Amino acid sequence: MVPLHWYLWLGSLVFCIGMFGFLTRRNVIIMFLSIELMLNGVNISLVALSHYMQDLRGQVLTLFVIAVAAAEAAIGLAIVIALFRNKPTTHLDEIKEMKG
Amino acid sequence: MDITIIKPILPEIVMAALACVVLILELFIHKKETIGVFAILAVAAVSYVIPQSFGSAFNGMFISDGYSVFFKFIFFINLILAVLISIRYLKIERSEFGEYYSLMMFATLGMMIMASATDLIVLYLGLELMALSTYILAGFIRHDRRSNEAALKYFFLGAFSSAILLYGITMIYALTGTTNILAIASQLQGKMTTQLILAIVFLVVAFGFKIALAPFHMWTPDVYEGAPTSITAFMSVGPKAAAFAALGRVFTTGLIDFAPDWRGILIALSILTMAVGNILAIQQSNIKRMLAYSSIAHAGYAVIGVIAGGAEGLSAMMNYLFIYAFMNIGAFAVVIMLRVEGVKGEELEHYRGLAKTHPLAAVLMLIFMFSLTGIPPTGGFIGKFYLFKAAVGAGYAWLAVVAVVFSVISAYFYLRVVMYMYMHEPEGEPAALATSTPLGLALLITTIMVIVLGVYPSPFLAFARLAIG
Amino acid sequence: MVEFFFGFFAIMILFCSVMVVMSRNAIHSVLWMLVMFFHVAGVYLMLNAEFLAATQIIVYAGAILVLFLFVIMLLNLREEMNIEQLIDGWPAGLSLAVAMLVVLILALGSFSVKPWGQWSIEVVEKTTQTKALGKVLYTEYLLPFEIASLVLLVAIIGAVVLAKKKLKS
Repeated sequence: MVPLHWYLWLGSLVFCIGMFGFLTRRNVIIMFLSIELMLNGVNISLVALSHYMQDLRGQVLTLFVIAVAAAEAAIGLAIVIALFRNKPTTHLDEIKEMKG
Repeated sequence: MDITIIKPILPEIVMAALACVVLILELFIHKKETIGVFAILAVAAVSYVIPQSFGSAFNGMFISDGYSVFFKFIFFINLILAVLISIRYLKIERSEFGEYYSLMMFATLGMMIMASATDLIVLYLGLELMALSTYILAGFIRHDRRSNEAALKYFFLGAFSSAILLYGITMIYALTGTTNILAIASQLQGKMTTQLILAIVFLVVAFGFKIALAPFHMWTPDVYEGAPTSITAFMSVGPKAAAFAALGRVFTTGLIDFAPDWRGILIALSILTMAVGNILAIQQSNIKRMLAYSSIAHAGYAVIGVIAGGAEGLSAMMNYLFIYAFMNIGAFAVVIMLRVEGVKGEELEHYRGLAKTHPLAAVLMLIFMFSLTGIPPTGGFIGKFYLFKAAVGAGYAWLAVVAVVFSVISAYFYLRVVMYMYMHEPEGEPAALATSTPLGLALLITTIMVIVLGVYPSPFLAFARLAIG
Repeated sequence: MVEFFFGFFAIMILFCSVMVVMSRNAIHSVLWMLVMFFHVAGVYLMLNAEFLAATQIIVYAGAILVLFLFVIMLLNLREEMNIEQLIDGWPAGLSLAVAMLVVLILALGSFSVKPWGQWSIEVVEKTTQTKALGKVLYTEYLLPFEIASLVLLVAIIGAVVLAKKKLKS
């Protein structure tokens, strides 16, 4: 039997790798994927907790997270397309229009 | 079917239905102003069902109590004023689409759900509904690169913060086996653990991003400057108030036993926020950017209400946000008035000698700037006064003193706008103003309320007190 | 045996995650992400969450990642590949992430929960996982479910408003 905290460790590792990617990459697509990584880290923890508690709440929350991630992807990519029409780049530092 | 079980959520249902109706109306109505008017009527309909809505529903996931109803009124005021100032502005920006009003209503719906949520899952989904609608609205002027950039930045930081919020919720779920905010306290039984500290930190960080507490404020200036001005006004009040409602609910009911722990974090963030907001605002030459930093500073003041806690602290925080809604949107309404075809009207230079060219606009801006500084007899003074009184009452007199010092510093950049308007001679051609009846109405409401709240605030204070009690 | 599978999935997930973050080419990132999602689905299977494993593949891999690929193909990103992939201040980001990881690992290591819930493996097996999840979702969690539908509606409106080529008026 795999102990619960192995799963929680796995979840936190994925979460932190995603956070590292978000903080250090400036390609919008990869920053976006990093956020998805963070959400997957959370999901792994939730499903594991739900299994070990014998309670389905965690799995329900995971379903909602997946639904919201889909909505977020649609809107985020729409924003990227709108931006790309005005300036063809996906590098955040080249997008800078405002000082500061 | 028994209707009583959905009664507490009736205002939200009406709001959702009417938002969909507005979406459909866009197909048939060519004069988009009409849709704006319809959105305001929808708010009236929703407020009509609110008095019958008190109670709890859906296994205690959702509650309609005085606290949430008070916040809902702030959201309604926010929505009505934002619609009024949008109507003419959208025409000038050539972005007149009916979806705009519908998205505003969905964002307001998300805020209402956040204020009423007593379950962390509902809270999360309400927050996402609000946030996703606001991301779209921030990027609504599609042909403007600044608007695109604002939407992208807002989106990234928002998505990042909601991932952190989720991790915090997961920790709480791991510790208690429940996501119900009211049940959390009884499950934890006041036992402090390392995991709980982490959960609290994650929640503070996530809400800090939404409220724009320093050091999680980096997105605010760019987003506020780039977004359409009407949306800047909308999101500087609504989402902020909603996040305050959620913060107040989670921390003063679910985590009340650990108040000494989270209070320390919030005090540090509050002081840092007031410092960053007020000091960085001084260097800004763009009015929207200056108001962005000012809104950061005001969030720092309002957090004091949560720190003080209790009925007095929370009601002071609610009052402050109520007053802030009027004075902040009022200031943005004046900024919008200066936006005419071909002139952005956002720089401090555009305000040079405004008192000579457009005395009425200058007087209005003067009132809002005085109120934001907190000079009597305006509403801003009353809000700050009760906030600081609550802090002193809770034994945080030194924090109140710090806040007063920062308020004095803030006078420098607020009054600089006044100085530009009154002490400088106008240069070149006097710019025209983009006045319209809805904008005038918005200015009338905000001005009257800012003055009434400053001169005769007792009914409103009593209302907030009643809502809490 | 179970430990072996867990180890395999964990190593693959972590390796793919690192590759997602470090790839120079965004398309490679998306493809690594795809491999990672399949292994996450494997972890869900180990945790008796079949429905979520299917959702993970159908929605995450099938819908979200395909959307990403479409957008990357739509935008032509040739010159991006010559830019340094990390920002100059990457050590700060790395140390923040590592510090958080250490705290999390320490805090979660001693963590255990009691199996107090009513949905033990036997009960779930008897009702089937999809049915059990559906029961909870449509009764207890009806309200969040409805709100999620509104979130998706807003996403549709947003995608049309922001990305459609020409809007009328």
